[in-house]
Amino acid sequence: MNNLFVYLEIEDGIVADVSLELLTKGRSLANQLGCKVEAIAAGINLEKVGEQIFPYGVDVLHVFDDERLAPYTTLPHTSILVKLFKEEQPQICLLGATIIGRDLGPRVSSSLGSGLTADCTSLEIGNHENKKEGKVYENLLYQIRPAFGGNIVANIVNPDHRPQMATVREGVMKKEIFDPFYKGETIKYDVNDYVNDKDLIVKIIDRHIEKSKVNIKNSPIIVSGGYGVGSKENFDLLYKLADLLGAEVGASRAAVDAGFAEHERQIGQTGVTVRPKVYIACGISGQIQHIAGMQESSIIISINNDPSAPINSIADYVITGEVENVIPKMIKYYKKNSK
Amino acid sequence: MAFNIIVLAKQVPDTRNVGKDAMKADGTVNRAALPAIFNPEDLNALEQALEVKDRFPGTKITILTMGPGRAADILREGLFRGADDGVLLTDRAFAGADTLATSYALSMAIRKIGKFDLIFSGRQAIDGDTAQVGPQVAEKLNIPQITYAESIENIEEKSIRIKRRLDNGVEIVECPLPVLITVNGSARSCRPRNAKLLLKYKHAKTVTERQVQNLDYIDIYDSRPFLNLTEWSVADVEADPVQCGLSGSPTKVKKTENVVFQTKESKHISDSDFEIEELIKELLENHTIG
Ligand SMILES: Cc1cc2nc3c(=O)[nH]c(=O)nc-3n(C[C@H](O)[C@H](O)[C@H](O)COP(=O)(O)OP(=O)(O)OC[C@H]3O[C@@H](n4cnc5c(N)ncnc54)[C@H](O)[C@@H]3O)c2cc1C
Ligand SMILES: Cc1cc2nc3c(=O)[nH]c(=O)nc-3n(C[C@H](O)[C@H](O)[C@H](O)COP(=O)(O)OP(=O)(O)OC[C@H]3O[C@@H](n4cnc5c(N)ncnc54)[C@H](O)[C@@H]3O)c2cc1C
Repeated sequence: MNNLFVYLEIEDGIVADVSLELLTKGRSLANQLGCKVEAIAAGINLEKVGEQIFPYGVDVLHVFDDERLAPYTTLPHTSILVKLFKEEQPQICLLGATIIGRDLGPRVSSSLGSGLTADCTSLEIGNHENKKEGKVYENLLYQIRPAFGGNIVANIVNPDHRPQMATVREGVMKKEIFDPFYKGETIKYDVNDYVNDKDLIVKIIDRHIEKSKVNIKNSPIIVSGGYGVGSKENFDLLYKLADLLGAEVGASRAAVDAGFAEHERQIGQTGVTVRPKVYIACGISGQIQHIAGMQESSIIISINNDPSAPINSIADYVITGEVENVIPKMIKYYKKNSK
Repeated sequence: MAFNIIVLAKQVPDTRNVGKDAMKADGTVNRAALPAIFNPEDLNALEQALEVKDRFPGTKITILTMGPGRAADILREGLFRGADDGVLLTDRAFAGADTLATSYALSMAIRKIGKFDLIFSGRQAIDGDTAQVGPQVAEKLNIPQITYAESIENIEEKSIRIKRRLDNGVEIVECPLPVLITVNGSARSCRPRNAKLLLKYKHAKTVTERQVQNLDYIDIYDSRPFLNLTEWSVADVEADPVQCGLSGSPTKVKKTENVVFQTKESKHISDSDFEIEELIKELLENHTIG
């Protein structure tokens, strides 16, 4: 009772990274709260879900295995969560801020009358005082999120309603095995007790999902280009450097909007969040929404012809110059000096 | 065949171009310094409704917005582009609403409007940025939802087929009416204002606007009823005040802060061959690269 629940996103039997990241965060919050971590798997091909998630410190896995639950549609998954939460009374529920989580989370929260905080970038445990009523709440979930186009961050609490629900984007939390030998319990449910025919009125007629080709999230080095790169042709210089360094190429939104790079490569608040060992920002000014997605990179190198570009203030190395001039030199001297 | 459509639209500060003066010293947003606009994806939503109306004359589009008095601008903007009617939901008791309290209020207004086959909303508003209101309104009305819609593939008397834009692909879904559809920014952009409609609705006003402006040509509102924008309070929509505004909001904003980033002490390098070669050597030596 009153545990922390994570809704798992599963495609072809594989649990999505965002769910594993939430389990990692969930485990550390649960340790602070002294409660269990429970996970919900709803779909098909769920046999291998347990072995994927127990090492993240999951105590209980709730399994709803049924043809009618995959691919995901809103209503049956909502019915499962709503009824399960009425039975289990969780104190916290975490979902990915994904196409699915942002469809499901609000519907469930509305049905339960509980609050939901969108797109959290940080989750912490803390106390909250309602001065007007002289009431102190202990161990609430601080749900910290950007709003107003990323210009402010708000700390949001949900004092009186349970569960405290939050969504988090992929890549924002770190994914880390808790204990490779951790063993949890699996509970299987009869889906008919949770889903009725009225939940099945929305039909998926056709579905084209392409697996993403780029994997910037897990790349240790990222060469990232902005509007200042100037053209798609100049972006080829970035690919050359990236090839040499074993890196991936990222982009700012302005570069994506200008057609220099594909949308999948966008880094920032409305793109991917990355934390590589090295981030080389080429012709990127460093607006708040971009920095939000890369500020945790260990080493930041900025190449910009404007010495006062905002990104320079968070960079470890600032190269002042033209991208089209500096990158060829980097390539040349890398080739010369790497044995 | 004709449909009754409700479009949910929100007036938002234009957060896309926030200058320095838009942030107050205490980290809160100075809304007065930002122009108030029609939430961008709500215009995409309106266009979807207008396209249904193009195909099925007799279709009626009502724009519904909740906000302060000046949000009536949104209703006029919608009328200029082809909507038929506008409802402003305004009351001090709605202030401080989170998405749940917002959805409750909107759903009560929708019940009062009565007949509807389709509700379109934007995917997300650019100030609160949650994308929660659409699905929550659908839940409150106990109707299905289709999120991330990009276009209507087909519509019949009792069902609709929608193309959804997902992260790495598309999905076509079919659903019976009534349904709530949240429309993505990737959907067709909204047509511009129509000059004739602009003339027709230029003086459309809510009751409050008429009272405060003390207009001399007040009788035109009796002879031209379409100039009267509907304005409803908590009581008008028979909402429970406890479920509205701050008191109806489970989430509370504990604190807001300006975003500040940790500045670092940086090493400055020119674009000379010598300095770039030195940098590369340093990065290779300390195993940053290579
Ligand atoms: C709600 C919202 C969400 C957003 N989400 C994101 C997001 O996820 N990711 C994102 O990146 N942005 C996002 N943005 C957009 C963001 O505000 C900026 O507009 C964008 O990051 C700017 O990209 P840029 O730095 O490439 O372009 P610019 O700001 O135009 O900067 C170009 C830079 O290149 C330099 N330069 C020009 N020519 C050269 C040259 N020849 N050599 C070297 N340097 C040169 C210039 O000095 C300048 O610093 C978002 C905005 C909003 C409102
Ligand atoms: C800093 C800050 C953070 C916040 N964080 C949260 C949070 O995490 N969770 C939460 O529940 N609330 C939050 N709120 C409150 C939330 O912003 C308001 O409830 C807001 O009125 C509705 O949410 P939204 O702007 O996110 O709309 P969205 O849910 O993004 O809007 C989606 C669509 O719903 C329709 N819509 C939304 N509002 C209206 C309206 N007033 N009238 C007509 N149609 C409308 C529009 O079609 C819109 O495109 C926050 C507020 C602030 C100031």
